[in-house]
Amino acid sequence: MDRNFLYLCYGLIAAWMVIFIYVISLALRERSLRQELDRVRKMVDDGERSSRGVNDPRP
Amino acid sequence: MRSKLIVTLAVVACLVLAWNIRTIFLHVPDEANQGAIFRILYFHVPSAMTSFCGFFVAMAFSLMYLYKQDLKYDSIAASITEVSLAFAIVTLVTGSIWGRIIWGVWWAWDARLTSYFICILIYSGYLMLRRAVDEPNQRARFSTVLSVLGCADITIVWKSIEWFRTQHPGPVLSVRNGGGMAPGMEAPVYINLIPLLMLCLALILVRTRQEDLRHEVDALRRTAHSF
Repeated sequence: MDRNFLYLCYGLIAAWMVIFIYVISLALRERSLRQELDRVRKMVDDGERSSRGVNDPRP
Repeated sequence: MRSKLIVTLAVVACLVLAWNIRTIFLHVPDEANQGAIFRILYFHVPSAMTSFCGFFVAMAFSLMYLYKQDLKYDSIAASITEVSLAFAIVTLVTGSIWGRIIWGVWWAWDARLTSYFICILIYSGYLMLRRAVDEPNQRARFSTVLSVLGCADITIVWKSIEWFRTQHPGPVLSVRNGGGMAPGMEAPVYINLIPLLMLCLALILVRTRQEDLRHEVDALRRTAHSF
């Protein structure tokens, strides 16, 4: 088991690092998309309120 | 529902993988010439198969877009392609480390490696093209062309070890009439394929959810602009 075991570990670490980095990038992308969705939703709500003539309660 | 499915797939994949890794490290003996490094095969080959499956399914969805003219299929195809590309990179990285020990070089321009590298370039181009083209239908049509081209290359990748006798070893798995492995050493390759496919499916579901979110953001933006 000892022969080339170190390189086997390098190979497995590298393989899982690729997947791990991809999963992290997916998570970051999802977070930014959700933030963007909240921002746009708020924008639409504000737009609807102002088009109905309701005063914006914010200062 | 989708979130539950993603978590279930990921958990089951991890459990099967953990059980199979135990088999690979504790029950499978070292290969006589290569020592422990041959075990990288149990990740190299299943991740290659996963990427091949993904690329072909993505092409099927792209062709479905052309037939139905529904951008939903194009979104699914793009999601599958991106996840499959991650698995293709895993294949390339593990193969390179394996090659360093067995061949003494990190890379060789042999038929299998070169055609696989071209495949990765095609699909990287696919993802770059999607960022570059704004018009959705044009983007989907271009993507379909690249997807078909990529799958044609995958056929060459698959057959290259039979057509050309270069650095990469010929078929070893019994499904390809290789017969170069003992049955006890071959089974974990297929068992590892199952969790990798499940992991791939879980990531595709996450990615398609992001595509849905993107469409929702775009639709809301259009509404916001109408005020």
